[in-house]
Amino acid sequence: MQHTLAVIVENKPGVLARVSAMFSNRGFNIHSLAVGPTHVEGRSRITLVVDAPDLEQLKKQLHKLVNVIKVHELVDGEGIEREVMLVRVSSNASTLGEIRERASLFDARVVDLSASSLTFEVSGSPPNLSAFLDQVRPYGIVDLVKSGRIAIRRTSAFSPPVGAGAGMSS
Amino acid sequence: MRPTRQPGGFFVSQMTQQYTGSNSLLQSLEHEGVEMMFGVPGGAILPAYDPLLSSPIRHVLARHEQGAGHMAEGFAQATGRVGVVMATSGPGATNLITPLQNALMDSTPLVAITGQVPTTAIGSDAFQEAYTTGLAMHCTKHSYLVTDADEIPAIVHEAFHLASTGRPGPVLVDIPKDVLNQPTSWAEPSLAGLPGYRPTRAGHPKQVRAAVRMIEAAERPVLYVGGGVIKAGAAAELLRFAEMMNVPVVTTLMARGAFPDQHPLALGMPGMHGTYPATTAIQKSDVLVSLGARFDDRVTGNVAAFAPNAKVVHVDVDPAEIGKVRKADVPIVGDAKTVLEALVAETTSLRATSPAPAREPWFAQLEEWRVSRPLSYDQQEDGPIKTQYFIEQLHKATGGNAIVTAGVGQHQMWASQFWEFSRPRQWVNSGGLGTMGFAVPAAVGAQLARPDDLVVALDGDGCFQMTFQELITASVEKAPIKVFVFNNGGYGMVKQWQHLFYDGRLSAVDLSGPVPDYPKLAEALGCVGLRADDPGEVDTVIDKALGVEDSPVVVEVVVDTEEMCFPMVPAGGSNDNIAMGREDL
Repeated sequence: MQHTLAVIVENKPGVLARVSAMFSNRGFNIHSLAVGPTHVEGRSRITLVVDAPDLEQLKKQLHKLVNVIKVHELVDGEGIEREVMLVRVSSNASTLGEIRERASLFDARVVDLSASSLTFEVSGSPPNLSAFLDQVRPYGIVDLVKSGRIAIRRTSAFSPPVGAGAGMSS
Repeated sequence: MRPTRQPGGFFVSQMTQQYTGSNSLLQSLEHEGVEMMFGVPGGAILPAYDPLLSSPIRHVLARHEQGAGHMAEGFAQATGRVGVVMATSGPGATNLITPLQNALMDSTPLVAITGQVPTTAIGSDAFQEAYTTGLAMHCTKHSYLVTDADEIPAIVHEAFHLASTGRPGPVLVDIPKDVLNQPTSWAEPSLAGLPGYRPTRAGHPKQVRAAVRMIEAAERPVLYVGGGVIKAGAAAELLRFAEMMNVPVVTTLMARGAFPDQHPLALGMPGMHGTYPATTAIQKSDVLVSLGARFDDRVTGNVAAFAPNAKVVHVDVDPAEIGKVRKADVPIVGDAKTVLEALVAETTSLRATSPAPAREPWFAQLEEWRVSRPLSYDQQEDGPIKTQYFIEQLHKATGGNAIVTAGVGQHQMWASQFWEFSRPRQWVNSGGLGTMGFAVPAAVGAQLARPDDLVVALDGDGCFQMTFQELITASVEKAPIKVFVFNNGGYGMVKQWQHLFYDGRLSAVDLSGPVPDYPKLAEALGCVGLRADDPGEVDTVIDKALGVEDSPVVVEVVVDTEEMCFPMVPAGGSNDNIAMGREDL
């Protein structure tokens, strides 16, 4: 089963290596990992999506790392989860309009265009990105890159309307 | 040229006329109370060895970095203080990997200082470069690469704090040569740099009460005591609690000495080569109280079949141990001493109104197992010496008071079985990692730490051949350790497994010689060399060995080549099926 963890760490050299070394040493699988500095000086946040039969043990092992300050699991519905994707789709004069039309439903932006392809930037919840790919797959996906998942805890039941802000609501 | 010591503890090297990272390192070690360290010098660590000349810290020059590391472990295990080892970059650091992992597995407090190539050369495949902090990531509690000499006091202070608090363990500090040479000054360190490290000491009071209620009501309780009790200095509290609760005690390989073997509640060591009463008491228990133990596979055998009817109280300072192997019904995160104090306090109020439970049927059952399934061996007068017999005779001759170190294998199991331990830190061995060759260097470290104690190393011939070069260190440093090499002409435990599980097909286990000649080898290394190969010579050779006071002694004890270690639960088997001898397998 997949779990999303928010891990606050000291922003020190080697901290990411320590986290990933612990995962490989103990046989845990990382599905996705994204890391970046936070608003607090000297603190970074790692968002991990993991496959772990024993999540408690994994959390305790993370806590055991000296540079790890806080581990928080974003349980289903509690977190707002986002990924960013760049995807290049094969196109020609006859398919271009159709593809753009479908893409507009997902608030996908065209960031590159050539005679034979269109490149989109899409951000959104992981299921939305999958749905977008389902829409463009028939035209031929030429190239694809996805960021690791990032997540933040939801503070209210508020969801922005579809298409607003950073992609569709989850 | 010798550096001079300035007033106020500040060294200035005569070589550089400056206070550098090296001076700061030595001053930091002094500040942590280090009086003795073990090491081997080399290129990248050279700057640190210069101010050592005028430091009050005694540096013990080992003959191999692995030996230096095990000496530091022996020092730490015998005293409870942080062991310190220093080595150079590259091969110096890689040779430390075994002691670091050994210390990690056995929760031994250790600080390793390694030299590193200059910061400008890091990553260039420079001479004697290895990615030491990367290697250490996998075999230490924490590690540091120092990039600015100004950080040395704080990092060394953190390293000692991490090594000695919470669950103790090894910490490595890697210092590039240019940082050792960097001009700097020393400043009083703090622990401000450890925002994520907050070990829990005290157990939750509600859980402590729940544990006492559960143990009080139990019909067949067992205290399953691990090395954490020794690390926490909780032996007195354990004795008190066991007596107040009237509960039998088993002590794991890492906990031998945490509870006196002479005590009527003591059942000895549980597990693969444990006593029948200890292993079986756990199996049949209804409440199993784990104190600073971690349900190691050598204790549990097949986990699914382990103590099937027991409710588990699990006390550990490391939260990650709780629930890792076995679900805990009452989990208590805390230091064994603090938690045992709380358990004693809770029990004291209970005793005001009710006496300790008698648990007569349970004790009758334990006594029956003790009588019917004792540890045994058969020493014939005209047969070869049995290691077990020799250990019992040595125990008698020393009054059982010696500090005992061991290698790994049959002799180690027999030492644990047949030596009656009476106090903590009397038994120094390699438990988790099973490092052959541990006995001799660990004995050197223990002896130098405890110069007034008798230190005996019980070793196998296979183990001895892995680290005997450290006898040179013992001779030079005047550490009068007594080394007993039980020579059965092979890797006895491996041979035993080949006999039992590989149809007797002996592969690569023969060390029968005719070389080395152990007494001659001992003499060449500056030790007294002795030999016994007949049961009639045992007491005489022990007397002779114990009589040598001014140098190390090596006694080759030629023992039965075919003897096997029992009781035994084959790896992965259920602890319900204990083989008392070969006929049971």
